[in-house]
Amino acid sequence: MNRRDFLKTTAIAGGGLLIGLELPARAAAGESGKLNAYVHVGADDRVTFYITKAEMGQGTVTSLSMLLAEELECDWKKIRTEFPGVDPIAYGMQGVFGSMSVRTLWEPLRKAGATACEMLVQAAAQKWGVAKADCRAENSSVVNLRTKERLSYGSLADAASKLPVPRNVALKDPTQFKLVGKSSKRLDTPDKVSGKTIFSTDIRIPGMLYASLVRCPVFGGKVSSFDATKAKSFPGVKQVVQVSNGVAVLADNTWSAMEGRKALVVQWNEGALANTSSATIRKTFADMAEKPGAVARKEGDVMAALASSAPKIEAVYEAPYLSHAPMEPLNAVARVLADGCEVWAGTQIQSAARDTAAKIAGLPPEKVQIHTTYLGGGFGRRGGPDFIGEAVEISKAAGVPVKLQWTREDDIQHDLYRPASYTKFTSTIDANGLPGVWNARVVCPSFAGLRNGVDRTGVEGIAEIRYAIPNILVEYHPPEAGIPTSYWRSVGYSHNTFFTESFMDELAVAAKTDPVEFRRKLLGKAPRMLGVLELAAEKSGWTKPLPAGRHRGIAVVDNLGSFNAQVAEVSVVKGKLRVHRVTCAVDCGYVVNPNIVVQQIESGIVYGLSALLRGEITIDRGRVQQTNFNNYEPLRIDEMPAIEVHIVPSTNPPGGVGEASTPTIAPAVTNAIFRATGKRIRRLPLKDADYTV
Amino acid sequence: MPAIAFTLNGKRQSVDVPPQMPLLWVLRDTLGLTGTKFGCGQQLCGACTVHVNGVATRSCGAPISTIAGKTVTTIEGLSPDITHPVQRAWIDSDVPQCGYCQSGQIMSAAALLTKKANPTDADIDQAMRGNLCRCGTYSALREAIHKAARYASAKTEAGGGE
Repeated sequence: MNRRDFLKTTAIAGGGLLIGLELPARAAAGESGKLNAYVHVGADDRVTFYITKAEMGQGTVTSLSMLLAEELECDWKKIRTEFPGVDPIAYGMQGVFGSMSVRTLWEPLRKAGATACEMLVQAAAQKWGVAKADCRAENSSVVNLRTKERLSYGSLADAASKLPVPRNVALKDPTQFKLVGKSSKRLDTPDKVSGKTIFSTDIRIPGMLYASLVRCPVFGGKVSSFDATKAKSFPGVKQVVQVSNGVAVLADNTWSAMEGRKALVVQWNEGALANTSSATIRKTFADMAEKPGAVARKEGDVMAALASSAPKIEAVYEAPYLSHAPMEPLNAVARVLADGCEVWAGTQIQSAARDTAAKIAGLPPEKVQIHTTYLGGGFGRRGGPDFIGEAVEISKAAGVPVKLQWTREDDIQHDLYRPASYTKFTSTIDANGLPGVWNARVVCPSFAGLRNGVDRTGVEGIAEIRYAIPNILVEYHPPEAGIPTSYWRSVGYSHNTFFTESFMDELAVAAKTDPVEFRRKLLGKAPRMLGVLELAAEKSGWTKPLPAGRHRGIAVVDNLGSFNAQVAEVSVVKGKLRVHRVTCAVDCGYVVNPNIVVQQIESGIVYGLSALLRGEITIDRGRVQQTNFNNYEPLRIDEMPAIEVHIVPSTNPPGGVGEASTPTIAPAVTNAIFRATGKRIRRLPLKDADYTV
Repeated sequence: MPAIAFTLNGKRQSVDVPPQMPLLWVLRDTLGLTGTKFGCGQQLCGACTVHVNGVATRSCGAPISTIAGKTVTTIEGLSPDITHPVQRAWIDSDVPQCGYCQSGQIMSAAALLTKKANPTDADIDQAMRGNLCRCGTYSALREAIHKAARYASAKTEAGGGE
């Protein structure tokens, strides 16, 4: 999609067959006339799919198009895709999070395709005066089975659009799939290798100025006063405006805005967090972990079991705050006028973007148009509408369209961070060599809301373990640290699976049992979990000897409807760690596009490995100490392990894959490090394994 | 300010901007060539990589004054129709995910192949370690570089050439 096409998004829907689906809730409410539009067939034979999610690399444009195309029987090569504007009546909540795209649209999109196909076949049958049964759809045409005549979809589109929308059109049985289930190349690749893909940072609209915003380095701080004299004299700078988060410099190019911003002199009122540091935060967490918290899961009688004679095993695990650091620094284009507002943004949650823009522009939501671009990575960061709100506020204050461009330093120092977490475990190994207790006290800031005192994002991966342990007590504390937090790829599992799977490894050691065998004994009632555990063990050659100096570790998790186990093979030579090979077995239910599943599993492993090795956001005097990729450095190509992905064939409904593999890699590696060195890693990242605060 | 002249994607180009303005922003904001990306501004991530006189260069750290009289190639100028061996290999290996770093990856890889027609894995590590990818496409792009080397040599043997 080139920029001109993109900007025409809203103008294309006239004519042809615009097909949609009734949402079940709306049909029940009797509003059957309003359709949820997913497919448009133009008189020119062009098929347009409206993708209500966003493409941030996870392959959703391709996978969702496959679901539509499978049932529509259209020429896969002629599809074009567009991201529609926000329409809560047609689409409900628009956004991409929780690895949900394929999971939630697996049926609706096939129904949309099948319904459109049925109408095109019916239109052809009417034109020929034959029964529908004498017609068949294939390759963007309807064939008259008696005469072998063909009518293209484009020639049928207008007639089809006048037919009543059929209900309950039958879907194919998966055994009939021609496209779904087989590896297809991504639709977005050609534009991504020629620089044509339009991210929001590439949007230019008439009269637009480029903005850079300085925010208080201390979270929650505000502007006290500022002097813009020098900033305004920098070549290209046009305006300086104060907004609620800081002071924005607007210029006729990005560089002048950034340089002008450096010349601002701002006095800050730093606020309540000016004395906060990682050490004070850690002490708060550790103190809380000594007191009982809200109960997240309780089974059996942990207190009685701990009072028994079995020796107690205790351990404390810690994980740091993390930044998302997508490759495209945050940015948004906003044009606020008296009677309307337009936003161009790479947003994961269009609905939230619209609501935020409306509130800040002071307009009703219907007056706000969100144009969704491609996203230069999301990982949860682009769910937060903060950067969109800033762009809208600056446009409104300055009275011009603006592109607000964050620097990488802004991105790392003003993220909505993956929360730090602190968990204290206690367990026992009983006479049968198995754990009698799973007792955890979790201290983790809340961002998703408390229910019965518990934010599930804080305890997921600890409370919802699949291991059969008779006495379970998981408690939770939400500390108020003042650091903004939010969703980060795989959310609570990103730290809790490291805790759980490391502690399980400690228990296996205490029970003098092989870690695979130990887990196998506890997963008898969790067949899919057991399936990936055994497949990863088999494919990694778990029971076979390794070359000298190589060691293996294993971890397993179920999250977001999928299951995966990973075996990491590492060496540690003179304190230098090398992760040589990762074998991953994944059961993600029915696979729509194996190529994309493998990509996402690899991607999740690399993201988790970056965090494991060096990922850490630390706070000093209320400020983030990391600034750019020199001190928040992701994995580079020369550190990349060989990754093998083995997919379990399945007819279960699809599970999520975008976040599945991120949690598992850290414990797989650190469990291998334990085998290599005898040293148990209980605090991340690895670069800090030796220090104490 | 005197205009600064250079060759951009095979054509003469002249810009009237402050001499210290980085090539990255001249390309993106002054000239509207948005295929070259801003990632860090500190030459740490490689998203802004272009060729200057055939050498892979981080355009975020190259003041436009240092470009005067030189030849610049961006992703838009690598080939007119996505047929450069690196682009073909990238398509065949389905490398990109979010795609944001890929212009820089491709420009680094293309520069590598002009220096080493048949790079080893160690050559690839060295040439590509300055290009970050948060989506983790490293395995796929390594495979694609080897593939591109084969495409380029097949083309050379067939009497073609870049």
